[in-house]
Amino acid sequence: MSKADPTRINDFTIKIATVNGTGSASANTLLMKSIFRSGIPVMGKNYFPSNIQGLPTWYEIRVTKDGYVARSGRVDIMIAMNAETYARDVKEVAPGGYLLFDSTWPRPALLKREDITVLGVPLARLCNENFNGVRTRILMKNICYAGVLAALLDLDLAHIRGLLAETYAKKPQLVESNMKAIQLGYDYARTHLECPLPLRVAKMTHTAGHVMIDGNTAAALGCLFAGATVAAWYPITPSTSLMDAFKMFADRMRIDAKTGRRNFAFIQAEDELAAVGMAIGAMWNGARAFTATSGPGISLMNEFLGLAYYAEVPVVIFDIQRVGPSTGMPTRTQQGDLLLSAYASHGDTRHVCLYPANPEECFYMAVQAFDLAERLQTPVMVLSDLDIGMNDWMCRDLKWDDSYRPDRGKMLGREEILKLEKFYRFLDKDGDGIGYRTLPGTHPKAAYFTRGSGHTQYGAYTEDAAEYQIVLDRLMRKWATAKRLVPRAVIDATAGSRCGIVSLGSCDGAIHEALDVLKQRGVGLDYMRVRSFPFSEDVERFLAAHELLFVVEQNRDAQLRALLTLETAVDKAKLRSLLHYSGLPISSSFIVEGVLAELQPGARRASVEAAHG
Amino acid sequence: MTFIAKPKVAHPSLPKNALGLTRRDYEGALSTLCAGCGHDSITAAIVEASWGLGLEPQNLVKLSGIGCSSKTTAYFVSGGHGFNSVHGRMPAIAMGANAANRALSYIGVSGDGDTLSIGLGQFCHAIRRNLNMLYIIENNGVYGLTKGQFSASADIGTKAKKGETNFQPPIDPVLLAMTLGASFVARSFSGDKQQLVPLIQAGLKHDGFALIDVLSPCVTFNDHEGSTKSYAYTREHYEPAVHADFIPLEREITADYREGEALPVVLHDGSRIVLRKLDSAYDPTDRSRAAAHIQERMKVGEYLTGLLYVEPSQNEFHQVNGTPDAPLNSLPYEALSPGSKGLEKLLARYR
Repeated sequence: MSKADPTRINDFTIKIATVNGTGSASANTLLMKSIFRSGIPVMGKNYFPSNIQGLPTWYEIRVTKDGYVARSGRVDIMIAMNAETYARDVKEVAPGGYLLFDSTWPRPALLKREDITVLGVPLARLCNENFNGVRTRILMKNICYAGVLAALLDLDLAHIRGLLAETYAKKPQLVESNMKAIQLGYDYARTHLECPLPLRVAKMTHTAGHVMIDGNTAAALGCLFAGATVAAWYPITPSTSLMDAFKMFADRMRIDAKTGRRNFAFIQAEDELAAVGMAIGAMWNGARAFTATSGPGISLMNEFLGLAYYAEVPVVIFDIQRVGPSTGMPTRTQQGDLLLSAYASHGDTRHVCLYPANPEECFYMAVQAFDLAERLQTPVMVLSDLDIGMNDWMCRDLKWDDSYRPDRGKMLGREEILKLEKFYRFLDKDGDGIGYRTLPGTHPKAAYFTRGSGHTQYGAYTEDAAEYQIVLDRLMRKWATAKRLVPRAVIDATAGSRCGIVSLGSCDGAIHEALDVLKQRGVGLDYMRVRSFPFSEDVERFLAAHELLFVVEQNRDAQLRALLTLETAVDKAKLRSLLHYSGLPISSSFIVEGVLAELQPGARRASVEAAHG
Repeated sequence: MTFIAKPKVAHPSLPKNALGLTRRDYEGALSTLCAGCGHDSITAAIVEASWGLGLEPQNLVKLSGIGCSSKTTAYFVSGGHGFNSVHGRMPAIAMGANAANRALSYIGVSGDGDTLSIGLGQFCHAIRRNLNMLYIIENNGVYGLTKGQFSASADIGTKAKKGETNFQPPIDPVLLAMTLGASFVARSFSGDKQQLVPLIQAGLKHDGFALIDVLSPCVTFNDHEGSTKSYAYTREHYEPAVHADFIPLEREITADYREGEALPVVLHDGSRIVLRKLDSAYDPTDRSRAAAHIQERMKVGEYLTGLLYVEPSQNEFHQVNGTPDAPLNSLPYEALSPGSKGLEKLLARYR
C-alpha cells in the first residue's frame, strides 16, 4: 500500500461485479441514491449484458465531490461478487485500492496482489443463516454487500432505510427483510473490519436542486410536456425504457378524470418500419407523435425517413444509439449513427438531428424536437445513446415554463382556407422554403395530395425536370432556415487557445473533466460542443478560429469529423480524431492521454508544431 | 396525366345527395391507368358509394402504397386529403392517421403486390389491431408497372402474358383475413358495380377493419387466355354467395326483407347491412364454416363473392386503447401538459 496519506473523502470509484438477474441492480441503485441523498455528487454506470440471467454484469459508482459526470477510468474499491470474473476484476483495482469478496468459500488466488487491501465478508453464509429460500438468499446476499459498503464508507443508514421505504411503499415486509440484510452486512463489517476506510463519504450539500434521472425517462417527460399524443414503437434495447416511461407518465397524467379515457394512443408496432410509419401518419394528421429506437431501427426506418423528408411530414424520432454494426453489442454505448441519421434514405436527403449531452438536455430537446419538426415540416431525430439513456445522471432540476405553447408551424385552419382563392401545399410564399399545411377534415378546399413521387410546387404529380427541381431546390432553402432555428453549439473559448476540442453528446462530461486536468498540466484548450445538424453558423466560426482541433467522439470511423468536413469549409488537416469505441462510456483519462500524446513537446507531426507556433 | 386538371362542370339537373352535392363533387383527377383497367371501375364505385352515403368529402382520408392500384386515390374525392405513401406500408400510415383523428373515414386502396408481398406483415397487423378503415385490394394477380411479373395472388397454373406458368400457391387475402380475425371480409369483382357499391358503403360504415378483395383484371398484362384473372375467366368463375345491401340510418325500411331469407346486421351508428344468401349452404356469420366453404369452392376454381363474413361487435383500436371520443389531434394543449406543478410531482421519485 502507498505510504502517502490514503484518506480520500468523496472522491473515489466503486465497481461492483455481479451476475445478471440476481437483484444486484436494486442494491447498486440503493447505494448510489444514498450517496446522492447525503448531498454528495455521484455518477452511476451500468455495464450489463444482453441477457436475462446468468451473464456477468458490472456497476460503477463514482463518488465525485467535484461533480464530474463521466468515468474516471480507475477503480478504487471492487466488490467482486462473481466468481467467473474474479481474475479480471482483481486486476482492475488501482494500486492502494480495496477488494471486497464473499469469504464464505476460501479464494486463495485472490490474495496474490500485494498492493491492494483484500476484505472478506462471508456474505453467503450470513444470508443462508438468516433467510429462507434459494432465491431470497441470492437476492439478499447482494443487499448485504450494500450494508457492508455502508459501514466501510460511513454511509448514513437512515438514507438507505428511507429509500427502501419509498421503493416498497406497498410491501412493508420487504422493507424489513431488505433492512435486515443491510444490517447484517453493516454489523459484520463494523465488528470484523476496520471501519470506515480511508476512502469514505462525508455529507455535502451539493445535490440540492438536482435530480438523479436517466435520459430515456427525461426524454419521455419531454414528449409528455410537448403534448405528444401518439407513441408508436417496436421494442429494442436501449430505447425501450423511453416508451415504458412515457406510458408510465401518461397513465398517471393523461387519464381524463371524468371519463377515465386515455388522452394518448400507445401502439406497439410490428416492426420499426411500421412504428415510424405510424408516427408519420399521426403527425400528418395533426397529432404530435414520436417513436424511439436504436441503430438497427434507424436502418429499417430509412425508407420512411426519405418519404417524410420529401413529402414534408413532421415526425420525431429518438435514436438511443448502441454499439454497431449490425446487432453489435446491444447493451453497450456508442455514437455510431451520426452519418446514418444525417443522410438517412436514398436520393438527396438530409435530416435535422439534435445531440443531447445528458438527461437534462434530453428533456428540453425532446420538446424542441417537436417544435422544430412542425415548424420545418420534416423529421427531427434526437440522437441520444445508451450511456445517457439508461444510466442515472445527476442533473439540474428540470424546469417547466407554463407559458409554453407548442409551435405548430405553418398550419391553415378552416377560416384561413375559406379566405383563399386556392390552396397550394408546397408553395414558398414566405421565402423561407416552408409551405403551409392543412389537416384532413378541414374543408374540401384544404385538401391536398401527399406523395413520395415527383411533385410540383402545386402538389400535383410530375415527371417534368424543371418542376421537380423547383421543389428540390426549395427544400435546400428550408435547410438554410433550419440552420437558423436549430440549437447553437455550446462554446467555451475562455482558454483563448489556438487549439480546441470539438465534440458532441455524451462525451461532454468526460471532456469537462479532461479540460480541468489538462489545465492543471499547463494545457489550456477551447471547447465546442455541437448540438445539432445542420451545424449552426457559430460552428463554422469556431472551426476557422482554431489551428488544431481534437474531434472527440465515440465511434471508429470519425463520423462527426466526416460531417464537419462535408458540411463546413474546415481544413481537414487540422482535425485530429480522438476515437473511443469500445462500448464503454468514454473516460476523462482517455481524452487527457490523447491530447497530451499529441501536444507534448517533441510531438512529431508538423501540424502540431504549427499549432504551437 | 394526373396533372391535367379535370374540368368540373355539373349540369344543374344532376341528382344531388343529402349534402346537395352531385357525383361530380366526389370525383378526382383524371386516371392515367390503361383504358379498360378494372381499377377505374372500382374508382367509379367508390365515387358512387361516397356520394350515396352523403360523406363530407373532406372527411374521407385516402391512403395508398405503391403500384397501379395505389395511384387511384388521386382519382376520386379530390376534396379529401390523400396520402400515397411507400410500397406495402400504407397500413402504418393509416394506423397513425386514425390514431390522431378517429372521427374521419379512412379508405385504403392497395394492390395484390402491395398487400400480399411487400406489405403482407403490415396488412396482417392492421387486421390484428382492428384498425377502423376500409381496405380495398385491387387484385389482378400481376405486377403492372414493372410489366407483368406474377404476384403472390397468382393461381397455380395461371399463365403469364409471355407464356410462363405459375407453380407457387396463391396467398388468398380473404381466407387470410378470416383466419386473422377480421370483422368484415368481402370479395367482389370490378365488373359488378351493383355488388361493389353497397359493399364499399357498408365497409366504410363498419366500425373496425373492413376488407374488400376486388378481382380487378389487368387489361394489359393479365387478360389473355390461360390467365385465371382475366375478365372472361373472372366472369365465368365468380359466384355471388351473399348479397349485401347497405341501409343508412335515415332510411328506415322494414318491409324490404322477410325473416329467414335476409339477415340484418346492425352497425354501431344504427345503420344496417342486410345480407341475402344466394347460396343457401353459406353462413356469413360463422367464421370457420364460412372459411371452409370458401376453400372448398376455391378447390373447384370458383370464387365466392359478396360480404363473406361480418361480425360488428368486435372492439376496434380506439375502444381497446380507451381513447376519448374527441379526436386526439383536437385536444387542447392544456389537457395534455401536466404543467410545472405536475413536473414537480413526477420528479419526486428522482430526488
